[in-house]
Amino acid sequence: MKKASLIMIIGPLFLLGLYVFPLWNIILGAPQYPEPLGMNIHIDGIRDMNEFDLQNIDGLNHYIGMRTLPKPADMWEFSTFPLVIGGMVALGVLIGLLGYLNKVSYKWFLGWFILMSILGVLGMYDFNAWMVDYGTNLDPNAIMKLSNPDGTPMTYSPPLFGKANMLNFKVTSLPSIGAWLMFVGMMLTVVAFFVGWKNSTPISTKESTKLTTP
Amino acid sequence: MKKYKFIVTLLGITALIASCGNQGNGSSNGALSSSAAEKAYVAPGEHDEFYAFMSGGYSGNITVYGLPSGRMFKEIPVFSQFPTSGYGYSEETKPMLNTSFGFVPWDDSHHPDISQTKGELDGRWIFINGNNTPRIARVSLSTFETEEIIEIPNSAGNHSSSFITENTEYVVAGTRFSVPVPQRDMPINEYKGNFKGSLSFISVAPENGRLNLEFQLTMPGFNYDLSHPGRGKSHGWFFFTTYNTEEANSLMEVNSSQNDKDFIAAINWKKVEEYVKNGGGTLMPAEYAHNVYDEHTHTATSTMKKEVLTVNPLDVPGAVYFLPTPKSPHGCDVDPSGQYIIGNGKLSADLTVHSFDKMIAAIEGKKFDGEAYGIPILKFEDVLAGVVKSGGLGPLHTEFDGKGNAYTTFFISSEVVKWKLGTWEVLDRQATFYSVGHLMIPGGNSAKPFGKYVVAMNKITKDRYLPVGPEMEHSAQIYDISGDKMELIYDFPTHGEPHYAAGIPADMLAPKSKKIYRLDENKHPYAVLNPADARVERDGNEVHVYMSTIRSHFTPDNIEGVKVGDKVYFHITNHEQDFDVPHGFAMIGQNTSELLVMPGQTKTSVWEPKKVGVWPFYCTDFCSALHQEMQGYVRVSPASSDLPISFSLGD
Repeated sequence: MKKASLIMIIGPLFLLGLYVFPLWNIILGAPQYPEPLGMNIHIDGIRDMNEFDLQNIDGLNHYIGMRTLPKPADMWEFSTFPLVIGGMVALGVLIGLLGYLNKVSYKWFLGWFILMSILGVLGMYDFNAWMVDYGTNLDPNAIMKLSNPDGTPMTYSPPLFGKANMLNFKVTSLPSIGAWLMFVGMMLTVVAFFVGWKNSTPISTKESTKLTTP
Repeated sequence: MKKYKFIVTLLGITALIASCGNQGNGSSNGALSSSAAEKAYVAPGEHDEFYAFMSGGYSGNITVYGLPSGRMFKEIPVFSQFPTSGYGYSEETKPMLNTSFGFVPWDDSHHPDISQTKGELDGRWIFINGNNTPRIARVSLSTFETEEIIEIPNSAGNHSSSFITENTEYVVAGTRFSVPVPQRDMPINEYKGNFKGSLSFISVAPENGRLNLEFQLTMPGFNYDLSHPGRGKSHGWFFFTTYNTEEANSLMEVNSSQNDKDFIAAINWKKVEEYVKNGGGTLMPAEYAHNVYDEHTHTATSTMKKEVLTVNPLDVPGAVYFLPTPKSPHGCDVDPSGQYIIGNGKLSADLTVHSFDKMIAAIEGKKFDGEAYGIPILKFEDVLAGVVKSGGLGPLHTEFDGKGNAYTTFFISSEVVKWKLGTWEVLDRQATFYSVGHLMIPGGNSAKPFGKYVVAMNKITKDRYLPVGPEMEHSAQIYDISGDKMELIYDFPTHGEPHYAAGIPADMLAPKSKKIYRLDENKHPYAVLNPADARVERDGNEVHVYMSTIRSHFTPDNIEGVKVGDKVYFHITNHEQDFDVPHGFAMIGQNTSELLVMPGQTKTSVWEPKKVGVWPFYCTDFCSALHQEMQGYVRVSPASSDLPISFSLGD
């Protein structure tokens, strides 16, 4: 249980990477942008991939009537997400510590993972909803109003995951370092659960001890 | 039947001859042209190996090319007004062309030289001389714009310029025409003994390149044609070719070509520098302009300097010697080691090579062969290292490949000759098309040449390209010199008349080439940093328009209250911070050029409306899909009108 608890303490700490590294990255490449424009989505706001990228993306987006990219103050998510992540890290570490002191069982580890997964899915859902709104809710006085072949107005929501063509741009949207660190951290809590589960079964503990110490 | 046989035989023989001929021509031409094409070919989207900066001659500017493709990238305006960008027309850049003679909108640019550290190219700046109204310019190699121009007093025909010393301590400017110093009203035929030749040493501040005319050596009244710095062991010396040591003042082509030998003047500038530092020299009243462009205010200022420190060479013992050199030498070139000084005797067939070591020995042994105006003349035989018997005619300039070889242009016999330093044997020769003047190997005037290509810059074009009437651009040829024999790989027209060029590996400059000017570093006094601050203000009959641009509109774009007789200043700030998105500005009937404003930059154009009406202005650079919409109007009322100034966007 001590080993499992240590893993449970370490796992949630990986989420701290989200305070430094971006969660998601969206890159826009076009023939006239051999060095593509890009935005890094952090938990507390959207930042340039290279300096002036956001300004230049806004400059291009105004042709098709998209709003300017939100500043941190424009969306509640950018003030709430850091608190949620911070809370979850604290909670995870606390569960690990209590596990170490044998105050809670390994099942709590899985409980943290499930809670974090639910929050993660909600976050993705919210993120996707914003992108759809951003790409669909266009200025009616937009300079360029384009239609799909079926006559419906063209919309410009970037994909949540993967690549898409949008006018002259090829858009690539992928998780970034922060998300990968979060993934590793969450997987560690699952590992912690399994290690805890194995160690809590008396027979298997003995067997594994025999096996590992011949 | 017999007849038939005969015909068949005949056909066979003909076919054989024909096929032989075809085979011969086909294989040699095919192999040659395909390999040459591969060597000069830079595929679409690929970059060249070298930058080549060519002087524009009578265009007054510098053009930037790629090697080996010969593609032109840019014309950098230096001494000439350039309506393309507004250089010399905009309020900010007019001071760059100020001189003691007033505004001079043109010059004859000759010899670019890239800054060096320890004798090797360092790629900070490139310098170039204005020959006609003597000036030296410094161009930034991160913005590729002219940053500074200093006028040279007491000089005329600023030709033995603008060559730099080993660590860019000085950029040196010598006079081709000797003149009265100071200038005065005197009979021309009293030239001899009265006219003087000034050699100017301009210091370069290491931190920002700022130029300062430190001292002028007042030399005898010869023509100082070209010069080059000593390097390595000869660092601290500078060498100038002279002609017209006869001091003729009329029908020069005959009268200045009578002496069998003219001189190379060897100047120990370190000695002169020390003399000056110890308080030597005479301050002389003078008048010369010093013009500096500030990258952050995007504005040039011109100040008039009032005196210059002159040095009589006779006051500095051991500082100046003359090396006799045959037949009106033109180019004065120093090999990468600093040992050999080459005099290209333009009216002879041979090249004279002097030895620096022998020169020092001759000076120490006091082996003098008389003197000229008190300056010791060394014995020709004592300083001579060797003679290159080339078989060519009219040598002008020599460059080096860093592998022990030298390449000399021969104007009259129209060829480049490759020869070996030390043995003086001729290794190869290739024709040029036609009458080559200068040649350039990247870094060829430094301790570390990059000997892969040589570019020959020709004076005569004639039939090289499709005919375009009597006036043509000059031609240039690129030779691959990586092998034992030179190989002509490309032929291309240049702009103006390049008198020299300077080349540098692309990877030394490309990474630090600026993409935009930062708006948050824009310190222009009339800049608009926020569109909300865009405005129009009247000050008497001056109207100042503080205007911003972004794809794709001007702020403001409607202006009223301007009157006939006003002087309207359009101060345009480009708010783009994206690479290669300039905006232009042009106003109907404006008596000046357009502006081309780079991202983050501010430029000012003056318009003096003469007619009542509503007059449009527009963006001249196709900036976006809505470029054609990027326009505005100014309402011009009669001079007597009392309509107040108003301006708007989007109402």
